[in-house]
Amino acid sequence: MTVAPSLSRQQPVASVHPGPLLNVEDLSIEFGPKGTAVRVVEGVSFSIDAGAAVGIVGESGSGKSMTSLAVMGLIPSPPGRIATGRILFEGVDLLGLPRSRMPEIRGRDIAMIFQEPMSSLNPVMTIGDQIGEAIKLHEKMGREERRQRIIELLKLVGIPDPERRLGAYPHQFSGGMRQRVMIAMAVACNPKLLIADEPTTALDVTIQAQVLELMHKIRRTLNTTILLISHDLGVIADVCERVIVMYAGRVVEDADVKTIFRSPKHPYTRGLLQSIPRLKDENTRLYQIPGMVPLPGTIKQGCPFFPRCPDRIDKCALETPPLLEITPRQKAACWVAAEATS
Amino acid sequence: MTILPGSVGTLSALDDVEHAIAPEPSGTALLKDMFFGQASTIFAFSVVVIFLLVAILAPWLAPYDPLAQSVLSINKQPSWAHWLGTDQFGRDVLSRMIHGSRNSLLFGLISPALAAFFGTILGVTAGYFGGVVDRVISRVVDLLLAFPELLLAIMIAAVLGGAFWNIIAVITVAFIPGFARVARASTLAVKQEPYIEAAVAVGLRTPTIIIRHVIPNISAPILVLMTLWVASAIRLEASLSFLGIGTRAPNPSWGNIIRDGLNNLFGSPWPIIAAGFAITCVVLSFNLMGDAVRDVLDPETTR
Repeated sequence: MTVAPSLSRQQPVASVHPGPLLNVEDLSIEFGPKGTAVRVVEGVSFSIDAGAAVGIVGESGSGKSMTSLAVMGLIPSPPGRIATGRILFEGVDLLGLPRSRMPEIRGRDIAMIFQEPMSSLNPVMTIGDQIGEAIKLHEKMGREERRQRIIELLKLVGIPDPERRLGAYPHQFSGGMRQRVMIAMAVACNPKLLIADEPTTALDVTIQAQVLELMHKIRRTLNTTILLISHDLGVIADVCERVIVMYAGRVVEDADVKTIFRSPKHPYTRGLLQSIPRLKDENTRLYQIPGMVPLPGTIKQGCPFFPRCPDRIDKCALETPPLLEITPRQKAACWVAAEATS
Repeated sequence: MTILPGSVGTLSALDDVEHAIAPEPSGTALLKDMFFGQASTIFAFSVVVIFLLVAILAPWLAPYDPLAQSVLSINKQPSWAHWLGTDQFGRDVLSRMIHGSRNSLLFGLISPALAAFFGTILGVTAGYFGGVVDRVISRVVDLLLAFPELLLAIMIAAVLGGAFWNIIAVITVAFIPGFARVARASTLAVKQEPYIEAAVAVGLRTPTIIIRHVIPNISAPILVLMTLWVASAIRLEASLSFLGIGTRAPNPSWGNIIRDGLNNLFGSPWPIIAAGFAITCVVLSFNLMGDAVRDVLDPETTR
C-alpha cells in the first residue's frame, strides 16, 4: 500500500511554535456541584513535543480518559468542570479560548480516536460521507478533490478497494475495519496531535496488532504527534517512546518506555509491571497489587497509593508527593524513590 | 498483549483476512418485502393507491357535478344512472364521495407532515439541549397531551372557524405532541451514542450535528408515526366535518356526507353507508400500511 504524496504534502516543514506542542499544567478536573465536588484529576502536568508519541497508562478511573477529553474540550459539563490548570497547545491556552473557537481546533489541529469502533460511526451515513465531513469542514476542496482525498485516506489505513467502499455503511464493516475508518476520519485533516483513547481495547488481539501497526504507519507517513491512552503497558510500549503512569487522578511516574521497563521507580508502576504474565514462568500465580483503587475524593492527605504501597514510610501518609525528578529522563511522585536517589 | 516492540510486524500478513464486506440488502428487495410481505398489506396498499388515484383524478372520474342539485331526483336508490343513489337535494352521492376524497387526502397528508416537522423540531431541541429548554417544551407538550385530540381540535376550530387552513392548523396542533415526544425520546437515546461525541471531536458545530447526525437516526420512528397518523388525520377531519366545524357545506367531505345523511337516514341510507365504508377502508388501510412500514424499518419487530 503506497501513500499518495498529496496526503503528506500539507504537513508544515517545521512547527512555528518553539516549545512543546502540548503542555498540560496543573490540570484538575472535578465532578459534581461546587462544594461537594469530587476531583477525578488532580494537578496533572506533562508536555509532549511535536513528533513524539507519548502514552498515558492507568487503570479504570485513574483519570487518563478525562485528561484526554479535557485536551479536546469534551468534558461533559455540567456536571464536569476544569477546576485548575492550563492546557497550552502551541503556546495557546485552550481553556482560555472562547467556546466557539474550539470546533475550529477539533479535527483540524487535534483529532481523537475513540474506544468503541462499533458505535463511533453514524449508522445511517456512508463512511465516505463521514470521512468527508471533517475535510469539508476544515479545508476548502472541490467535490472531486475531496473524493480523491477520502480514497487516499482509506488506502492509507489499509482498506482495500476504497473506490467501492466509499459508499458502504458502517454495519457492513467488521470492528477492525471500522476502527480503521475511525482512524481515517481522525487523520483526515492531518492533525498535529492525534489522541487515541484506548484504540485497541474493543478489538481482538490480531486486529489490535494491525491497528498498532497502522498507528506506526500514520506516524511515519503523516508525522503526527500521538497521545495514546491505554490500560495496557504493552500497547503503549509498542507505539510510544515515553509513558506517563496515572493513578487515582494523579501522574505518579513519567519516563522513557525503556527506563520504565528497566527500572520503574514508583511502587505502583512496579506493581503494574509485575502483574504482566511472562512466558518463562508458566505455573506461578500472577502478581496482583493488594487492595483497591481508592474512590475519587476519599484521599484527603498523603500519597494516594499509600494504603496499597509495599514501601511506604511515615511521611507518605501525611504529605502528598509531587512529581519529583529522579533522573533527567525519569520523574516519579514517590518520597521513597526520591530519597533513594538523593 | 505482548510487550515486545516489533513483534507486531509478523502479524501484518493477516492484513487480508478480514476484508470481506457484508452485502447490503437492496432497496428494491426491502420495498418488495414491504408491499408483498402479507396479504393484508397487499390489500392495504391497493386501497391506498385506489384512494390516491380517485382523489387526484376526481374531476375526471366523477359522473356529475357534486354540488348540482336536482328536485327531480331526490333520494334515489342506486341505479345505473346514480351508482350510489342521490341525497335529499338530488345530488349524486358517488360524485360527492369522489370529490370528498380530496379533502380527506389533503388533510390526511398535510397535517401529519406539518405536525412531524414542527414536532420533530420541538422534540429534538428539548432532547438535545435538555435543561430548562427541555423542561419548558416538555411541559407545554404534556399540557397539549392532556386534551384528547378531538377535543383540542374542536376547541381550536370553534375559536378560529372552519376555513381550510384553520382545519389543517387544528389537526397539526393536535398531533404535534405525539411527534415531539417520540422525537425527544429518540434524541435522548441517540445523544448518548459515541458517534455524536466523535462528530463533536471532528469539530462539527451543534446545528450540523443535529441535522446530519441526530435527525437521520431518529427518522424511522417518526416516519412510522407519520404513516399511522395519516389515518388519524383522515378520521379527525371526518369527525370535525361531521360535527359541522370541518369542511363547510355544500363542499363535500366524507364527514359531512355522513352528517347530511344522518338527517336523511330514512330518505336514503346510501350516503352514510358509502362514506362510512370509505372512511373505514381508508383508515384501516393506512394503519396496516403504517404497521408494514414499521416492520420494515424496525428489524426487531417479529412478524
